[in-house]
Amino acid sequence: MALPTDVRDTARDRKRPDGRPSGRGSRGRTASAGLHGLLVAASFVAVFPIGWIFYISLGPGEFDYQHPGRILSHATLSDYGYVLAHTGFGTWMLNSLIVGLGTMAVGVLISASAGYAVSRMRFPGRRKLMYTFLLTQMFPVAVLMVPLYRILGQLRLLDSYGGLILVYCATAVPYCAWLLKGYFDTIPVEIDEAGRIDGLTPFGTFWRLIVPLAKPGLSVAAFYTFLTAWGEVAFASQFMLSEGKYTLAVGLQTYISQYNSQWNYMAATAVLIAIPAAVVFYVVQKHLVTGITAGSTKG
Amino acid sequence: MPSPSTTSSPAPSTAPAPAASPPRRAGLPLLSALRRSYDRHWYAWAMCLPVAVVLVLVVGYPLVQGLYLTFTDANSLNVGRTIGVNHIPDSFHWIGLRNYIDVLTGPDNQFWPHFVWTLIWTFGCVAITYGIGLGLAVLLNRPMRGRTVYRLLLILPWAVPTFVTVFSWRLILADNGAVNQLLHALHLGQPSWLSDPFAQRVAAIAVNVWVGVPFQMVSLLGGLQSIPDSLYEAAEMDGASPWQRFRYVTLPGLRPVSSTVILLGVIWTFNQFNVIYLLFGSTDSDGVQILVTYAYRLFFGQQPQDYAGAATVGMLCLSLLIVFTSVYRRWLARAQAEEGVWS
Repeated sequence: MALPTDVRDTARDRKRPDGRPSGRGSRGRTASAGLHGLLVAASFVAVFPIGWIFYISLGPGEFDYQHPGRILSHATLSDYGYVLAHTGFGTWMLNSLIVGLGTMAVGVLISASAGYAVSRMRFPGRRKLMYTFLLTQMFPVAVLMVPLYRILGQLRLLDSYGGLILVYCATAVPYCAWLLKGYFDTIPVEIDEAGRIDGLTPFGTFWRLIVPLAKPGLSVAAFYTFLTAWGEVAFASQFMLSEGKYTLAVGLQTYISQYNSQWNYMAATAVLIAIPAAVVFYVVQKHLVTGITAGSTKG
Repeated sequence: MPSPSTTSSPAPSTAPAPAASPPRRAGLPLLSALRRSYDRHWYAWAMCLPVAVVLVLVVGYPLVQGLYLTFTDANSLNVGRTIGVNHIPDSFHWIGLRNYIDVLTGPDNQFWPHFVWTLIWTFGCVAITYGIGLGLAVLLNRPMRGRTVYRLLLILPWAVPTFVTVFSWRLILADNGAVNQLLHALHLGQPSWLSDPFAQRVAAIAVNVWVGVPFQMVSLLGGLQSIPDSLYEAAEMDGASPWQRFRYVTLPGLRPVSSTVILLGVIWTFNQFNVIYLLFGSTDSDGVQILVTYAYRLFFGQQPQDYAGAATVGMLCLSLLIVFTSVYRRWLARAQAEEGVWS
């Protein structure tokens, strides 16, 4: 697989001094084998459950997961056909996409703007805002569930995409704002000053100059918000009431009661759910390390 | 020099506001002070406003309401609701601290066992996750063939939603699942991971570590890459062994990242709902329920649903986390100050 490497990596390799037995970057054959052995083992553990569910999804019988050896001989895609044709999968997927992309758009936008303000402007309440971000990470679902249900009811946002997007934004935005604040801190202030001299408003500076420069940070934030929305179960199952509004997480739960032991269909659905997340992941993965670096070292 | 605390910004202000706001004069009337503050800072506030609105609406206000519920006997029967066109008003009552007393010292005494397990769970998970994450980050930070592929594969558990991966783990850990078949092939014992109380706990921690490692690994990898090479070169000149380089260059260099990811790890693990809820579902698994899932069971697992009880447990969780966070931050600040003396 041809994957983009970090520019930093190669620069670093070149600098490495050679010929020192105990130095970094020089490895004996055994050490090298050990290193690769460890990483292969770790990668195997990381990938195995994901590969396993794909493998199970190829087995047409509902008890195949107990006898994985059988699957190989009669692997078929029939489970996928069933899931796509005879369940609400299309609707759920559409709902999840709307909610996920909505959360991503709104969440990244508002957390970037707040992160920029915290990074570049000094204003009363700034430290409190950062502390509040941390605080919101601590809220257990159990405290918020009933009050949120009532509030969304009063705002007529129950059973609507908007309500769920709002809730997910609140879950994802604090970490994103904090991450982006760290990323903006690494962009030289001179750029802002130049923009201001050219007559841009502070928001204009942010929007026209900083946002384009902050793509790695923004893509990590996008990844994070999307995944938060895509994988959330508890709120979605309480707030999306009508079947036409079920997201994938809720839809998968209806399976459990409906086809109690038909794990093969669930496995196929799970694989189909994982695909969009994996696509988003693949798009942003080369920025992942740099994006998070800034957030955590400068935080 | 910018301090590494989370709230300080190294960047001077480019806002309409000057970099350092002068101390407020004492005699100034409040209104005009507010006005001046508004004139100067409205831009920053406007940019934070959307986030603030969302947080107040979705977190702040519900929190206040949730706190209020803990002093009442609210449950699913007496909470106001709308059925069709009929609106049924609230009919629950103020009962003071009785919920807290019931939860903490009540006859069924469910809180403390869950509390102890939650502590084991949180610190066990975070320690193991951090350790593995750090190990993998160090391995991945070396130049080698195929490292982008390794990195991609190792981050994968983070990219797939937990309800998918946990479902897969459920199949793998089932009585006839892959893990037990492997153990059988090795002639080892085959615990029922999803029903035996002790094995349940081991399984829960293992799965949560699996879910949590990628985040720690990526963050720490970022931290490693930000440590200047010159420090390592200097250490090598001084004849430091690999272990000494790790101990005296890598670990201190990672401290800002580590303190953040450990704090976030503790908070997220303490509140980890998905893994336990999805791994054990509605099966008999009382021993493995952490406070958050226990509260959720109070909330939805019985009739009538005990809203007040669930909110009470939730508030207790929240206060525990707040106490932990402030102690941890104070400890960090002190450690940093002591370090300052030494360097």
